[in-house]
Amino acid sequence: MSIPVSYYLALSGILFGLGVVAFVFKRNIITIFMAIELMLNAVNLAFVAFARAHNQLDGLIFVFFVIVVAAAEAAVGLAIVLALAHTRQSLNVDRVNLLKF
Amino acid sequence: MIAPLIVFFACAILAVLGAILLIIVREPIHSALSLVVVMVSLAILYLLLGAPFVAAVQILVYAGAIMVLFVFVIMLLNAGEEERTDWSKIAKWIGLPLGFVLLLEIAHWLFHSEPGTAVANGVAAPPPASTFALSTALFRQYLLPFEATSILILIAILGALVLARKDQ
Repeated sequence: MSIPVSYYLALSGILFGLGVVAFVFKRNIITIFMAIELMLNAVNLAFVAFARAHNQLDGLIFVFFVIVVAAAEAAVGLAIVLALAHTRQSLNVDRVNLLKF
Repeated sequence: MIAPLIVFFACAILAVLGAILLIIVREPIHSALSLVVVMVSLAILYLLLGAPFVAAVQILVYAGAIMVLFVFVIMLLNAGEEERTDWSKIAKWIGLPLGFVLLLEIAHWLFHSEPGTAVANGVAAPPPASTFALSTALFRQYLLPFEATSILILIAILGALVLARKDQ
């Protein structure tokens, strides 16, 4: 009894779609960052599933690099959030509209 | 022999519920905790897929380091309940339909792809990817990208320090 790879891909697609919905819906900038992390996690699941299906290690190596890039992105992104909170006194992205048309 | 399927569905339902909870709760700290649920259930799925090292890294780096960073920033800024604004109507009328279109597109692509790739050999067939093979590939074939990521991390640390400095 083995689980078909398409099940994993379906779960990955659902999680990515929920991440997109969260990214568009949420107004708090920290939660928007969490939505990005959710999307990266969904992509990682697809990578691991394909690595398993084709019995190759390259997918796992790629997951490793995605995790490293996510860590770097979280560090810089949260530093930007801190700077933003100091200047705007708010975490709402609608308040950050200097460049908005 | 049905046990892997039960574990898969339990973790899948837990992950989807965590992701939905991330959307519907309004406190950022609750969103962070539900994201931890998603990450831990994904780590169990990685174990099921025969990738124990990736599962360990997922727990240590994602559920450990990155989420602690998030919780730390939430507490540092005392981030309370998310405020509602009129602008989110744009998200409601354009964002939600587009999100569903993306889901339908992925579902369509999944069910109309080649049967050979969609239902390939499952979890039980090949032996699990050993950490030895993974590290050999990482430090031989992928040495240059690995070193590049170390420079990326260094630059990220410097950038975070410069950005989060108080006296600007």
